[in-house]
Amino acid sequence: MSKKQNSFSLKFDTEWEYAAAPESIDHIELKEKYDLFIGGKFIKPSSKKYFKTINPANEEVIAQVAEANEKDVDNAVKAARKAFPIWSKLKAKERGKYIYRIARLIQERAREFSVIESLDGGKPIRESRDIDIPLAAAHFFYYAGWADKLEYAFPNRKVEPLGVAGQIIPWNFPLLMAAWKIAPALACGNCVVLKPAETTSLTALKLAELIKDAGLPDGVVNIITGDGKTGAAIVNHPDIDKIAFTGSTDVGKLIQQSIAGTDKKATLELGGKAANIIFEDAPIDQAVEGIINGIFFNQGHVCCAGSRLFVQESIRKEVEQKLKARMETLIIGDPLDKNTDIGAINSKQQLESIEKYLKIGKEEGLTQFQTKVSIPNKGYFCRPTLFLDVAQSSRLVQEEIFGPVLTIQTFRTVDEVIEKANNTPYGLSAGVWTDKGSKAFNLSSQLNAGVVWANTFNKFDPTSPFGGYKESGFGREGGMHGLEAYLKIN
Amino acid sequence: MKINQLDFNNTPKIDQVGLTERAARFRTRSIKKAAKIQGLKMALNMIDLTTLEGKDTVGKVKQLCYKAVHPDDTLDVPTVAAICVYPNMVGIAKKALGNSGVKVAAVATAFPSGMSNLKVKLEDVRMAVDQGADEVDMVISRGKFHEGEFQYVFDEISTIKEACGKARLKVILETGELGTADKVRQASDIAIYAGADFIKTSTGKISPAATMPVTLLMLEAIKDYYLKTGKMVGMKPAGGISDAKTALHYLVMLRETLGQEWMSNTWFRFGASRLANDILMQLKKQETGIYQSADYFSKD
Repeated sequence: MSKKQNSFSLKFDTEWEYAAAPESIDHIELKEKYDLFIGGKFIKPSSKKYFKTINPANEEVIAQVAEANEKDVDNAVKAARKAFPIWSKLKAKERGKYIYRIARLIQERAREFSVIESLDGGKPIRESRDIDIPLAAAHFFYYAGWADKLEYAFPNRKVEPLGVAGQIIPWNFPLLMAAWKIAPALACGNCVVLKPAETTSLTALKLAELIKDAGLPDGVVNIITGDGKTGAAIVNHPDIDKIAFTGSTDVGKLIQQSIAGTDKKATLELGGKAANIIFEDAPIDQAVEGIINGIFFNQGHVCCAGSRLFVQESIRKEVEQKLKARMETLIIGDPLDKNTDIGAINSKQQLESIEKYLKIGKEEGLTQFQTKVSIPNKGYFCRPTLFLDVAQSSRLVQEEIFGPVLTIQTFRTVDEVIEKANNTPYGLSAGVWTDKGSKAFNLSSQLNAGVVWANTFNKFDPTSPFGGYKESGFGREGGMHGLEAYLKIN
Repeated sequence: MKINQLDFNNTPKIDQVGLTERAARFRTRSIKKAAKIQGLKMALNMIDLTTLEGKDTVGKVKQLCYKAVHPDDTLDVPTVAAICVYPNMVGIAKKALGNSGVKVAAVATAFPSGMSNLKVKLEDVRMAVDQGADEVDMVISRGKFHEGEFQYVFDEISTIKEACGKARLKVILETGELGTADKVRQASDIAIYAGADFIKTSTGKISPAATMPVTLLMLEAIKDYYLKTGKMVGMKPAGGISDAKTALHYLVMLRETLGQEWMSNTWFRFGASRLANDILMQLKKQETGIYQSADYFSKD
């Protein structure tokens, strides 16, 4: 590599700027106030309380959402319990038809769901349109197919549904996480009580409307809204058979404490701090693109985000230079603009949390790189950020930031990078970039992570199981493995 | 030369899947309103208006030259970049274009197959240059390349470059005959290091011609060379780009891969014959709000 590597740079401040291309919001239907979806009807919360859901890109209120208290949770669980004998005894083929219907309706209303997802959660419309909503539909399609084939999934075993599942989902992929939870539960014959995150309730509530339109028997799916207290009421409800949670490791630990000594089954999909490892024999330009997608996809609000970059020392300069150049072309701003690459941070609270880490980086004296891109004055935005030459012991490497912040460490040998990559309490995902197949296989067997991507990153498919090692949780969602979490297998 | 710098067996590796995904991402950019008009005019100004057929006539070339300078006099549009013809038409084109600023490019070196010896190829080039060609579009010897005779391919390009004199040399890799992304990268590096002013995807005579992924990987080869040496090389995707929307997506790709400095016809060209009319149709639509019949645009 010539020493001149860094002396020439590309200029991305171009005279040709893309005009604003906002997706229209005329076609969406939103109510001013949303009640709880219990027993097939929208009913007022017994708490009589509502909370605001805002658009994180401009801090404007979009709608009021009901706050479910213990009594509401109890009503929802009762409705689910009442529906359970009907749903679980329905012919499996018929159950499958209902799930197919949900999938088709999501496809038909994909545009509306995409816009609401971006409005309420801040993610760019490109992602909600091309990834979140189509994948949500794909999960329903996939599990609809399993409904009448469960005995083939577990040959020579007898399978039964668990009963009522309490499902608590996060704000980073609101509709997609609802699909991950509801689709396998229904396919296996369970009834559910689902609670979306308080900052992103709207697409789950629209899903409730859709499920009503799909004509599912009342009470099979109940969707109730609220914050952590509502979630705790679900976890602690005595008549729930199974808790499925996706969210932070701290809350995951609390859930395990709460259900200790009960018969409740659980699957937890928690935090992550994925290593993305790039070897000197890697296809560099494609690897750089993979690093970008690994950390800046969905503003970095991804539990499996590739937030720790390990670069082999001989290519470090080239990778850093190309990474910075690529980052300069990322467009940040209005999530509804079709050209936006990075949208709004989901909430004020999350932005403050990310900024806390940026401050820590500064205090540690790290070299920080942020792009020159302009960001809106209003709303919650964060520039994509790199920290160079970070130490393994730095808090930025140790803790999950859940934002568009990437740390870069270098390594020399394969053993060294495996040790460092595994040196974390988490183990959800990892990435390996190399042109050598044997190296990719070696790494994928030695990295303690639920998913190891080779020469790609952040790829999701309903047929593929997803889940973590260590403090990233347990249980698998997706694929045939995803059925196990919702069945008694004798 | 430093060691490794000219080891064309060890050029950067390309992951075809990642490359295709990245190329597809450019297509998600939405180019509207002022950006669209500006982009369309820029694309028009980057076209090498091409006619490369046995049935080319003096009349046809003259008419095409008029079109090159006056794409549509009812619209406020720039000229195209160049006219691309066979060597025997260079003199006619040169005269017809006069001092319009539109360049004359000649395909040479036993175009399109390149199945001849260096002596004949050099004659071909000299014939074009003597008649005043501003640019020469040569083809590489694909056979030698596939046989691993990189030195031959390299020397042929650098010899032809020398014969071009002041004319700028575009090196056609004919990517549709190279087989893999890694091979295209090797050929790109050979051409660039041998002195190409432009690297060009295709002759337009075989399919596939230019695609976004193959153009992207060639742009990345140009980028790597620039980052190492500070020297700019131009890019010309040719063949198969016939609609304005695709042309805009190529410009998006150029903008986000190489940036501002390459955004002119000095460093980027479209080799196309039908593209110009689609761009004119789109520009007319931006002005009037309606798509007009193809009969309103001259077919040359």
